[in-house]
Amino acid sequence: MSNYPKPDRAALVEIYRRADLIKQNDEKVIREIKAGRLVTPYYSPRGQEIIPSALSASLTDEDYICTIYRGTHDMLAKGFPLPELWGELAGRVTGSCKGKGGTMHLTYPAKGMMVTTGIVGSSLPIATGLAWAAQLEGKGRVSVAYFGDGAANIGAFHESLNMAGLWKLPAIFVCQNNLYSEHTTFADSTAVERLSQRAAGYGMPGVTVDGNDPEAMFGAAKMAIERARAGEGPTLIEALTYRFNGHVMGDADRYMDKAEKAEAIAADPVPRLRQRLLDAGVAEDEIAGIERANAEAIAAAVEAAYAADLPDVAELKRDVFAHEIA
Amino acid sequence: MSETITETKPVTMIQALNMALADAMAEDDRVLVLGEDVGDKQEGGIVGVTKGLSSQFGTGRVKATPISEQAILGAAIGASLAGYKPVAEIMLMNFTTVAMDMIVNHAAKLRFMSGGQTHVPIVIRTMTGAGFGTGGQHGDYFEAWFAHVAGIKVVAPSNPADGYGLMRAAIEDPDPVLFIENMPSYWTPGPAPERGSRVEIGKARIARAGSDVTLVTYSRATNDCLAAAEALAADGIQAEVIDLRTIAPWDRAAVFASVEKTGRAVIVHEAVREHGVGAEIAAELSDAFFGKLKAPVKRIGAAFCPVPFSKPLETAFVPQAAGIEATVRGIL
Ligand SMILES: Cc1ncc(C[n+]2csc(CCOP(=O)(O)OP(=O)(O)O)c2C)c(N)n1
Ligand SMILES: [Mg+2]
Repeated sequence: MSNYPKPDRAALVEIYRRADLIKQNDEKVIREIKAGRLVTPYYSPRGQEIIPSALSASLTDEDYICTIYRGTHDMLAKGFPLPELWGELAGRVTGSCKGKGGTMHLTYPAKGMMVTTGIVGSSLPIATGLAWAAQLEGKGRVSVAYFGDGAANIGAFHESLNMAGLWKLPAIFVCQNNLYSEHTTFADSTAVERLSQRAAGYGMPGVTVDGNDPEAMFGAAKMAIERARAGEGPTLIEALTYRFNGHVMGDADRYMDKAEKAEAIAADPVPRLRQRLLDAGVAEDEIAGIERANAEAIAAAVEAAYAADLPDVAELKRDVFAHEIA
Repeated sequence: MSETITETKPVTMIQALNMALADAMAEDDRVLVLGEDVGDKQEGGIVGVTKGLSSQFGTGRVKATPISEQAILGAAIGASLAGYKPVAEIMLMNFTTVAMDMIVNHAAKLRFMSGGQTHVPIVIRTMTGAGFGTGGQHGDYFEAWFAHVAGIKVVAPSNPADGYGLMRAAIEDPDPVLFIENMPSYWTPGPAPERGSRVEIGKARIARAGSDVTLVTYSRATNDCLAAAEALAADGIQAEVIDLRTIAPWDRAAVFASVEKTGRAVIVHEAVREHGVGAEIAAELSDAFFGKLKAPVKRIGAAFCPVPFSKPLETAFVPQAAGIEATVRGIL
């Protein structure tokens, strides 16, 4: 990994801006749900902020991502606008999906966020199709599939990686290995030690990185993205991380090892990156300014969402097909 | 393949669909074809519907795939989200079962769930039908499953000309279309389609006019209904045969207009009768014509068992003209 490209100071600051936005947004969602102002199932990405923040540093708005129910971090890292995000979480007409998709189906194609799925593993085949389109188009776009460690055990994973490897598609398969799929540990569900080992079976490089280390994650992602842009084919990245909260909000997470969890939280990657920036000479004021701007943007988006209208029931008939069918 | 066909000679369904795909690909670069064995290196599909396409349009636009139904449909959905118009082949309708998630949870729903920001203009071609001794896993009609899902259209042509026109319309349709092809009748010649013609999705065709009873049908069962109507006509019974062509959304106006006239309806499909498309149509008819019908609405479908192997069983499994005829006589 020593040959990995390294983020410069500006890139690291930008990774922090995104990671802090995700962290603060997550904390806000949880507060709003607890206060009863927001009603939605919620799958917290807390602890996994660095992965998409570091990866998105090498993406453009033209690049595609497909993600999963837990993917608010993936979305925010790619630039999902907060007002449309909060409008959607709150089921309002101002949501990107007009309140018809919800937390598990956030979509914003204007910035390449094509699909969020609630079906484990289904981000992979569709991201593969977007990569096929990118290859046909020949403009150097890439397509990222985000998914969990549990999803690596579903058939769609196998079909997608084989097809992408066979066709040398510009795809990056990013497994966010948070060590749990619902209540089951990674070790209890997976026959191999490292998911990156499986890449060999699909004729593509596979790498396991510390997804909570912004430099390692930035480097691994940049290598894979550049490889894809150059037409050299897909990469499987296993990004090691940890899910700070239970599977879904309300989950008492009794099945999680307490010491393991405490250790992961003590090594919280977001404050860790903050400290790294300070150590590198970034001024406290600059960092505080970023955090304040994030907080203000979130607060404004939340208030705007609550003030917006709820959808009219006539929406039930719209967007089922291009033209309403009686 | 198209150069061997003149516009006037009868063509088979295979030829008609091949022409439709070739014409659509020639007209619009965004049209893609993918599926198992679809390239010319693989003989253009197991029955030859895609023959010549990869030679004419290249293996970039005509992709022979691994045996990966989820990835085939995922590839089609993803490419369609990026602006392409893929025609994906799932070799047999029974094989849709291993890719239901892509069809039901994704293709059908992305438009709605994204609030109209994305849509999935794909065609899923699939063939089926009893008659070839393929037994229980290669010949089911599962159209009711898909018709039951909001967001996907289902079409099933009964003749080559409709096959051509429906395929052209399906490719141009902004929503996902499941395109059901009947396997045993692939080689039956019919009048040639007019090149460039379209058959509007959602519009039925009066395959035979009549005043005594309405037979509502689609796909190969249309031929059995026409044969039954012919036999009934010998006794002066005039059956009107409505070939739905589109199963979802079905042409209520056409069916209602016919039943308004005849007062009697029999719905005939090759899928098993239980919980089938016929039940939906019968329910709508009883709702619209309660008290005005001259007889109860009847449904005819395959026997409620897996498609059997042995010839006499397979023959008895599928609705036949004689059975349709007998049912009609029973309600006159
Ligand atoms: C096909 C399918 N099976 C089961 C579920 C229920 N389910 C939702 S999330 C989940 C765990 C997935 O774990 P993982 O892939 O590791 O992602 P994570 O939730 O950890 O981010 C399960 C089993 C589902 N949504 N889809
Ligand atoms: Mg997991």
